[in-house]
Order: sequence, then C-alpha cells, then structure tokens
Amino acid sequence: MRHVLSVLVENEPGVLSRISGLFSGRGFNIETLNVGPTLEEGVSLMTITTTGDNQIIEQIIKQLRKLITVIKVVDLTEMQAVEREMMLIKVNAENGNRAEILRTVDIFRCKVVDVATTEMTIEVTGNQGKLCALVNLLSRFGIKEIARTGTVALKRSMQLD
Amino acid sequence: MELTGADILLECLKREGVDVVFGFPGGAVIDIYDAIPRYSLRHVLVRHEQGAVHAADGYARASGKVGVALVTSGPGATNTVTGIANAYCDSIPMVVITGQVPTPLIGNDAFQEVDIVGITRPCTKHNYLVKDVDQLATVIRQAFYLARSGRPGPVLVDLPKDVVQAKTKFVYPKSVKMRSYNPTIKPNKLQLKKAVDMFLDAKRPLFYVGGGVISSNGSEELSWLARNLNIPVTATLMGLGAFPGDDPLFLGMLGMHGTYAANMGINNCDVMIAVGARFDDRVTGKLDAFAPEAKIVHVDIDPTSIRKNVRVDVPVVSDCLEALKGFKELAQARLDEKDWKKVHQPWVDQVQGWKVEHPLTYKIDPECNKDSGDGKIKPQFVVETIYELSKGDAIIATEVGQNQMWAAQFYHYNKPRTLLTSGGLGTMGYGFPAAIGAQLAFPDKLVVDIAGDGSIQMNIQELITAVCNDLPVKIVILNNTYLGMVRQWQELFYARNYCATCMDAQPDFVALAKAYGAEGYRITEPEDVKPVLQEAFALPKACIIDVRVTKEENVYPMVPAGASLTEMLLV
Repeated sequence: MRHVLSVLVENEPGVLSRISGLFSGRGFNIETLNVGPTLEEGVSLMTITTTGDNQIIEQIIKQLRKLITVIKVVDLTEMQAVEREMMLIKVNAENGNRAEILRTVDIFRCKVVDVATTEMTIEVTGNQGKLCALVNLLSRFGIKEIARTGTVALKRSMQLD
Repeated sequence: MELTGADILLECLKREGVDVVFGFPGGAVIDIYDAIPRYSLRHVLVRHEQGAVHAADGYARASGKVGVALVTSGPGATNTVTGIANAYCDSIPMVVITGQVPTPLIGNDAFQEVDIVGITRPCTKHNYLVKDVDQLATVIRQAFYLARSGRPGPVLVDLPKDVVQAKTKFVYPKSVKMRSYNPTIKPNKLQLKKAVDMFLDAKRPLFYVGGGVISSNGSEELSWLARNLNIPVTATLMGLGAFPGDDPLFLGMLGMHGTYAANMGINNCDVMIAVGARFDDRVTGKLDAFAPEAKIVHVDIDPTSIRKNVRVDVPVVSDCLEALKGFKELAQARLDEKDWKKVHQPWVDQVQGWKVEHPLTYKIDPECNKDSGDGKIKPQFVVETIYELSKGDAIIATEVGQNQMWAAQFYHYNKPRTLLTSGGLGTMGYGFPAAIGAQLAFPDKLVVDIAGDGSIQMNIQELITAVCNDLPVKIVILNNTYLGMVRQWQELFYARNYCATCMDAQPDFVALAKAYGAEGYRITEPEDVKPVLQEAFALPKACIIDVRVTKEENVYPMVPAGASLTEMLLV
C-alpha cells in the first residue's frame, strides 16, 4: 500500500543522503521525495511517498526515527491529510489542437505558463489522481517533457471521522 | 585561554575518561600527535588501522567503556571501515577519529582525501564532519554520548587539518541535548506486567538472550529470574556469558551451530522471553518454523529490532537491565502465590533430558589416545583444555569460522564480557587485535585468542603491537590448513569441491612469532596439548601456539542454512 510520510529533519549537510541511503541500503522503495525548509530555521520537512506492506512501513518509520538527524516522523496515511503535487507538462500544440488543449487546461484549473508555435507548457497542481488524469488526456497530443515535484502533504486541521 | 583543535580534542577525551587510544599517525592528524605527549593518554601504535578499530572494540567489550581509535585521512580512514562495520553490527560503543584534508581542499580530490563520512554513513550510529573549531568540543561530547547511550554503536568524527590547527576558547559542554535523539530507557509498565503474567503462567517458558543483556549489565537480574522461577536459558553467540555457562539451567548457544537442547527448547517452548537479541538468521534458521508454539516477549532498546523478523506478542522497548529489573520486581510480588519452580519443573526436566540425550561432543577414535581423534588433535579438545587450564577465568577472543564456533561450544562463559567475538559481521582478523584491546583493559588477566590458520593471517601484523606493549596475549591457532568453515560447507553442500579453501602453504607460525619477538610453540601430539598450553599461559609474553588439529573436523550440531532448527545434523 502507498504511504505518505512526513519527516521533520535537522537541516545538516548529508541529511538527504542519510535518508535516501537508508531506503536504498535496506531495499525500501521511494516513490517520491520532497524536501523544503520549514518555519523553524535549521529544520526541513521531507515528504516521502513509499509503498510496502504494514510490516515494511513499520520498519521504514522505525528506521527513520532511529536516524540521529530525524526529529519526527508522521505517517499521514493514518489520518486525513491534504496532498498536493505540482507538475509542469510540455505538450505538442499544433494549431488544430490548441483550442482543445486550452479547454482541458481550463477544466483542470491549470495555467499555461509558456507558449511557442508548436508547443505549450502547462502548470498544474493537485493530487496524484488529478495529475494522472491530465497526463492521460494530454497524451494524445504528444507530451514532450514532464517535471514533477513529488507529493507534499500536511495533516488536515480537523480530523473528522 | 585559547586552545588548538588538537588540544581541545585531547581535553575532551580526558574529560570523557579515555585512558587509551589505538591509532596510527599521518599527515592529516600530525597536529594531534604533536599534542599527545602533553597528555596522560596512552597511545597504542598499531600496524594497520583495522587493527586499531578492532583493538578499540575489544577494549570496549571487555571493559564496558567506549573504545577510541585515531587515524589519518584517506587510506587511514578507509582502513577503519571493516572495524567500524563490525562494531556497528555488534552494537559496540566506540568513537573513531579520522583526519581529513583542510576544509578548503575538501572536494578537490586532494592528496589522501576521501569522503569517509559518506562512506561510513550506513555503518555508524552517527558521524560528523567538523567544519569549525568552535563546534569541536560539542561534537566530541555528542559523539561519546551517542556511542554509549541507547543502543550503543560506533560514531565517527572527521577532523579537517585546519580545524585541528585553529584556535578557540575551550568550553566543554556541561550536558548533551539533542532533541532528535531520545532513546527509550525505561520500559512501559503495562507491557512489563503482560510479559511477566505470560511467562509465569507458561508451562514451557524459555529465555533467549543476546548481547544486549551483556552491554546493559543485566546478567545478575537475568540469573535471579531464571533461577528463582526455574526458567531455562539459551543465548546467542553475542549473549554467551550473560548467564553462567555451567549452570544446569543453561542450554548453550542456539541456532545454526547451537546445541540440540537449545534448538529443541526453542521448538517446544510456549513462551519465549527474548532479551537484547535480534532474531538473526543464523539464530532462527527457517523463520516460519522458528518457535512455532511460542508467544514471544521481546525486550530491546532499539524499536527497529522488534518485529523486524518475527511476530512479537509483547514488545518491550527498553534498556535490557531496566526491563529485567522490572520483571524481577513484578515476579517477586508473585513469588508467594505459587511455587513457580514446581510449575516449571516438568519443562526443565524435559529440557535437561535433551541435554543428556545429545550433549555437545565430538568423535574419539578408540584406537588412539582418548583425547584425540584420528591420531591427531581434536580442536574441540584444545578448547576444552583452555577452559580447564584457565578455570574459565580467561577472556577469550575468537577469530571467525570453525574456531569461533568451537570456542562458543566448548568453553563455558560464566561471566559477562569474557567472550569477544565478531557476531554480526563475522570479521576474520577480528580476534587478535580485539585480544590486544582486552589485555590493555585487563593487564593481569589471561587473554586468549582462539584462532584459525586462515583468520589469524588477516591481522597478524599486530603481533609487534602486542610485543612492544608487553601484552602477553596468547594466540591458539587451531591449525587445520583449511578455511575450515567454508570447507565444511563445501563438504556438506557442494559435493566436496574444495575450491580455494586449502591453505597448506603456510608461514612457519613458530618462526614468525619469534621473528616478532613473541614466543612460538607447535603442538602435534594430543598429550602435549595440556603441558604446552600450560607453559605458554604462564609465560609473561605474547605467544603463538600452533596446534595441528584434525584436518577435516566439522562443527556439529549444524542446521543447514534455511532449514528449521529441528533439522540438525548431529555428530
């Protein structure tokens, strides 16, 4: 099963390598990994999506907690969380297709951030499902490049049953 | 007053109670070496950096203190990696200080530069590159704290040359605060109670103990529990000595080369109390068939050890000593309730039956001297003789392979910290430098390295370290001119294809000992084993005793890799 882990770490040199090394060294899978600063100086937040059965996920979380530079690990899959990913997608946009692409962009509430005579770059944010749907829809025009950030996530303030 | 980084380092070591450092100098650490004579610190010059780390490891295991090694950058640092990985696998408290090229050169492929922090990341508990002399005291303080607290382990501190040379005011941090590191020391009381209720009311409880009991100093509590509640004990290789080896309740080691009684005990127990052991594959054999009838209580200070390999019914995250104390307290309160000894007696009888049925033994050819096999010397007999002569009061270090297993099987470890062996990593070449470390911690004790002819050649250069430091370490080579354990596997599972395991081209170990200024003996007849060992043990200098043992002797019992513990090949 896919899990989203929110990992608070001391922002020291090598911390990313400690985390990624833990995954590769122990044969755990990383689907996406995203790092950024937090409100607190010297502390970064990593959002890691990974897959595995319960026993593997339990090991991943425990092993992460064991690292000296890791402050906190939360499995967001166990609670309600907001998950977002940003993607830039460069698509073939010949004259005949342009209108349809723009309509799709509109429906998906994404933005065109770059246009040229034969292609268009679109910025989109959303959860995995939305991003996949857009990729599917645009693929028939021919996708030239994709850049994705990987998931970022935060726990929802209200945990409703 | 301002001090240089070198002085700050040495001041910190002094305050951490370090009295001996094992090291090898080089350009990047020359300033530290320049400062050493100003401190009352014993520096032991080894001949290879791997030897320094193993010696620090042996010192730590025998004394319970943190071992310290000091080496230079580049090759000095990379030569420590095996020793560090070894200490990491066995959770040995250690601080390794490596020199590094000056900070402006880092990353430039400078002379003798290597990213040792990157290289040792997966095999240290934690590691540091100190970039500023102002951080140095704090880092060293943290390094020692991390090495010895929680689940102990090796910590590496990489010191660039300019940091060592720079000056600053020396402030030794009063305490260590690391918000991201808070090991759980005290057990959860509810879990403790659940565990005690479970094993008291069990019909067939069994203690399965590992190195954690030794490193937490929990042996006394364990003995109290086992004896007062009449619960048999089996130990891992790392756990030998945690419970007296000659106690009737002790079943010996379990696992691949464990005793029949221990492995049958595992197979038949209804509650297993695993303390400070991690269910290693050499211990469990086939996981699905491991302790099939047992509910499992698992005490470990490291949460990652729990449920890593086996399902656990009552997890107790705690220092082993604290958990055992907790068990004792709760058990004491229930002592009047029932005669627990009587409750568990039928099980103890059954277990002891297995001990009688298949004791540890080896075949003796009736044609020959009773102590020998095919006219030559049995390696097991040599180990038994070491036990007899030392009265069990020696510190035994081992190399890796058959010698290690015979040392585990045929010597009774009655006290903790008397067996130094590479449990997790299985490092050939570990035993001798480890013995040097132990002898430094206990100059008056008999320290014996039980070695194989293959393993001893992996760090034999340390002979001169032993000789010039007046360390009377005894190396008993169980010389079968084979890489014996691999040969045993080839015999049993690879149709006797003895590829690359025959070592009949050998140095003259006796001459070699003498060349180094040590004493050398060779034993070829069974009747000489005892008198020669006796003479060597009494000699106040380092000795090699080259014992020519039966060439194709195997270690039994043996559970083939991947089989269940009940599928033992017996003698």
